[in-house]
Amino acid sequence: MALSWLLLILLALAVIGYFSGRSRALASAGGNARELHSLPSYYGYNVALTTLLPALGVLIVWLLMQPMIIDNTVSGLVPDQAIPEGSDRGLVMSEVRRVANGLDGAVASEAMTEAQAQNPDADIEALTAALKDAGQVLTQDITQPILMAAQKYRSMTSNGSVAMQVVVLALALLGAAFAYVRTHKEFRARNVVEQGILALLLLAASIAILTTVGIVLSMFFETLNFFQLHSWKDFFFGSTWAPNFRGGSELSILPLLWGTLYISVIALLVAVPIGLFAAVYLSEYASTVTRSVAKPLLEILAGIPTIVYGLFALLTVGPALVSMFGNGGALGVGWMASSNAVLTAGLVMGIMLIPFVSSLSDDIINAVPQSIRDGSLGLGATKSETVRQVVLPAALPGIVGAILLAASRAVGETMIVVMAAGAIAKFSGNPFEAMTTITTRIVSQLTGDTDFASPETLVAFALGLTLFIITLGLNIFALYIVRKYREQYE
Amino acid sequence: MMNQMTNVERSVDSKNIKIAANNVQVYYGDTHAIKDVNVEIEDKTVTAFIGPSGCGKSTFLRCLNRMNDTIDICRVQGDILLDGEDIYDKRVDPVQLRAKVGMVFQKPNPFPKSIYDNVAYGPRIHGLAKNKAELDEIVEKSLRRAAIWDEVKDRLDAPGTGLSGGQQQRLCIARAVATEPEVLLMDEPCSALDPIATAQVEELIDELRSRYSVVIVTHSMQQAARVSQKTAFFHLGNLVEFGETGQIFTNPVDPRTESYITGRIG
Amino acid sequence: MTDISQMPDAAPTAKPKSGSLFEKDARTKRRNAAESRFKMYGIAAIGIGLLMLVVLVTNIVTAGTGAFQQTYLELNVELKADKLDKKGNGNIEDIKKVSTFGYAPLIASALENEVVQLGIQTDLKPKEMGKILSKAAQAELRNYVIANPDEIGKAVSFRFLTNSRVDGYMKGRVTRESIANDKSVSVEQLDFVDQLRDAGVLYKAFNLDFIFGSDASDQRPEAAGIGVSMLGSLFMMFVVLALALPIGVAASIYLEEFAPQNRLTDIIEVNISNLAAVPSIVFGILGLAVFINYMHLPTSAPLVGGLVLTLMTLPTIIISTRASLKAVPPSIRDAALGVGASKMQAVFHHVLPLAAPGILTGTIIGLAQALGETAPLLLIGMVGFIASNPPDGIVAGFLSPNSAMPAQIYEWSKRADPAFYERAWGGIIILLIFLVTMNTIAVLLRRRFERRW
Repeated sequence: MALSWLLLILLALAVIGYFSGRSRALASAGGNARELHSLPSYYGYNVALTTLLPALGVLIVWLLMQPMIIDNTVSGLVPDQAIPEGSDRGLVMSEVRRVANGLDGAVASEAMTEAQAQNPDADIEALTAALKDAGQVLTQDITQPILMAAQKYRSMTSNGSVAMQVVVLALALLGAAFAYVRTHKEFRARNVVEQGILALLLLAASIAILTTVGIVLSMFFETLNFFQLHSWKDFFFGSTWAPNFRGGSELSILPLLWGTLYISVIALLVAVPIGLFAAVYLSEYASTVTRSVAKPLLEILAGIPTIVYGLFALLTVGPALVSMFGNGGALGVGWMASSNAVLTAGLVMGIMLIPFVSSLSDDIINAVPQSIRDGSLGLGATKSETVRQVVLPAALPGIVGAILLAASRAVGETMIVVMAAGAIAKFSGNPFEAMTTITTRIVSQLTGDTDFASPETLVAFALGLTLFIITLGLNIFALYIVRKYREQYE
Repeated sequence: MMNQMTNVERSVDSKNIKIAANNVQVYYGDTHAIKDVNVEIEDKTVTAFIGPSGCGKSTFLRCLNRMNDTIDICRVQGDILLDGEDIYDKRVDPVQLRAKVGMVFQKPNPFPKSIYDNVAYGPRIHGLAKNKAELDEIVEKSLRRAAIWDEVKDRLDAPGTGLSGGQQQRLCIARAVATEPEVLLMDEPCSALDPIATAQVEELIDELRSRYSVVIVTHSMQQAARVSQKTAFFHLGNLVEFGETGQIFTNPVDPRTESYITGRIG
Repeated sequence: MTDISQMPDAAPTAKPKSGSLFEKDARTKRRNAAESRFKMYGIAAIGIGLLMLVVLVTNIVTAGTGAFQQTYLELNVELKADKLDKKGNGNIEDIKKVSTFGYAPLIASALENEVVQLGIQTDLKPKEMGKILSKAAQAELRNYVIANPDEIGKAVSFRFLTNSRVDGYMKGRVTRESIANDKSVSVEQLDFVDQLRDAGVLYKAFNLDFIFGSDASDQRPEAAGIGVSMLGSLFMMFVVLALALPIGVAASIYLEEFAPQNRLTDIIEVNISNLAAVPSIVFGILGLAVFINYMHLPTSAPLVGGLVLTLMTLPTIIISTRASLKAVPPSIRDAALGVGASKMQAVFHHVLPLAAPGILTGTIIGLAQALGETAPLLLIGMVGFIASNPPDGIVAGFLSPNSAMPAQIYEWSKRADPAFYERAWGGIIILLIFLVTMNTIAVLLRRRFERRW
């Protein structure tokens, strides 16, 4: 029975529960709804929710836990000798899963009977041939321990899902019965239903926490794995990034961090002055009409997906810069060899960040009370003197916060650098050279043929965690500054 | 009320006109906010603008140093002459005008800077001091004139926003007099202050009269009676009556003025 | 003393203490110059920003519109029975045995006929003439024959795609000079193309297949379309909408209306504002680790993409929903509570409907953001997958591997043949049309239902 059927049955039970609960409540009040403590529909909802929620909760937890438990059990069945040289338990387990899936597929396509699939003494060569005939993908030869494990895996999975279905349905029926029996005109159905809904609302709000926990945990454990395979000293303090899938990689974050920061600094050098001056003009000088036209137009830049900026950098800005600074370029300087360069990525990222800086600064400048501006103008200061000597200093903490938020954006930006920064990790001060960044390396280490046991892949999680911590730090600090700043004028 | 008024000293000895407004009209978009106002403000005199809320007295005050320029929809017609020169002439730079006609606002609005920098701000932008020593001197003189020197002389580097409301307002007055204005406009300077601070500021206004022409907008008739020599009563955008403070409060000509000062309108 | 009406017009004036207002002193002039300079900087900043926007948009439009046009060659192909149905029994299984390759001679001879009929003089051999057509032409012909076996033996008029170089030549991207080192097309072939164009059988036409078609392999840029990945995006958006909207609204209601002032609430709030600023690539890592490696959901599936984008969009939706809930004045809640409604009823019956337009606006903007997002999709395998077939059925739409619009664009931008770049820009035009439409709807909704309390 597929998951969707189980869900449909649960839903049907809930609907039936709703109507029966409702009618039972009405019946207990002799058909007079005014006699009831709550509106009739609440009695219905009560039954429906009691049917649905515990069952769904158990279902979700079961679905999340079952693979972990099965993996652990089955993995224990594979003897250490069965793990080939140069491989590890994780790889063998994925092979086990593949075989189990292959058996499933073969049985489903009737190339094999269930009994054949479960036969522990089956001839391995015949089985492999049968699986291949059935069009199942196998990467290596099946060995006896793997077959045993795969069969165990299959039986646990199928037993597990049968058990799950039984438990979930039983729970649903129990819940329905319990709520149905309790349904009576004195029963405070509304309060119970509202408690239930409140719990659901809290659950929804907690997803934010779950996401953060998920992000941290998913990267944390893989990072730990990485540091078991690779020295943490090299990661944090080494000087070379040279992944080598044959082993002996040097995986240091420092050259990547250098590239990331270099590009971010160029981006901020473009975005901050332009964004800030634009914000000052819009909030202090522009007429209402200009403002209502220019501000949304600028903000369009913020709504354009990064893939567009990436393409713009790759196909337009990069070649344009080469035609200016490259060999035989308009300036005849020959500084730039390829369109992939720090400058290309930085400039385009700067353009992307202009509206980000300008709308944040605009908000912050507008939060400076008008009375302070009047005070300055009333003393005979010009507008620019007022802005430079009174408004901007007053807004400085907020603007610093905005710049930090923009910096965090720049550090975490992926598409532009993936497409336009290049792939060479090095320490260099030349903005016309290609360099690489943390995000670029995460993408390249995790795409393509990924083997989740090699340090070359796992390093991506360590990079991700570092990136997460850097941006989180920047964000928390920036939000703290901005909040403090706002409180000052409230 | 009458008792208080008799206590106020009134002396208007010279008829030295500092600001003359002729047929001034002010529009906010389509609203006719000030209607045909004529008034003469004398030098070294405190002139009070009184009237119910929304009568246009603050608007008119802001016309006197062109602070209304910062509001897009505001239009001013008629002549306002400062020392015989039309301040709305297109040759006039409002920045230069405001250096001569200083302003103190309703809510104390010190800059988020140190006390010293608050006072030094005007002299700095107008280039009134040649060196640090001169600037120090101006700051001290202004703070003394605003009667706040003794309270802040030991903490000139402390932020101006950290002072109490009354101190902040006197700091703002010090900031305004530091640019050596000829006229000082005050827009309800005591409305955000407690009675003690109000008394201090009122005393200060009386002292400032010796050097400047002071125009004060106030909600409080008692305050007008206490500090001013001339009073103008505004009602619905019209200047209803203008004259010696004593005369306005004891013997108003216009029935509307009488209604207002006896509390029937407002 | 005097009434205003009797006031004298002229009054003695005091002598000004300092200089006249009518003369600007040197310092004022200097300060005014600084003022106008400062103002110019502001105008320049805005100008640069807007200029960038204009450059970007012009760039997209000029580089991308080409993708909506494609060069076609009209040919009358005789579906020779002796080649296609060798047994002559019309059995569809036998017809299917003729491979794509077997259709090449038909096209070649059709082209030869055409040349003779139009009186075109060329030194090209028929095989080389055929090379101006796309490799997709044979497959197209075969699909047609298999779909209409009755037509065998007749002559049917076809509109074939031409090769991407010919297409590039027609669009001005490829010139006789630029093909000097290009083995896939020769100057003679381009002359031939000119003759065909003059004869009116080779022309550019609107390319519907780009919008609705599927991606094609590296060798056939002229046949690549964005339609299938558009479906992938669509299925992802269903997932995002179905999950992010209810969860986001529920979370916002809890935080805005019911949450007690305690540590948990604080933690949730801080979490949400931070999640909104977490780089999107990190969500991709989360998706890879949790949904694919741990839960074993299928790689490249729109379901997984949708789940990742949901987590990424949630903070945006929560923040905007809370803002619209906050905008409903407390008096509405008080009124409902006052007539005996419970807090829950007040929220669900009164506050939520009033906040609905705002919530909808926020959701659309969140969806638009998710639609354009690329980085997380890279990690869950939605890039690099060639979306050559549309999913069959709804379940397959969610679960079978697919690409998504931005991922498809990225994929094209990585390919070697510059003809794909035109596709990438064209894809961006389509993506931006979606985004602009969504944002316009959001703005209109906001205008239409904006309420001042």
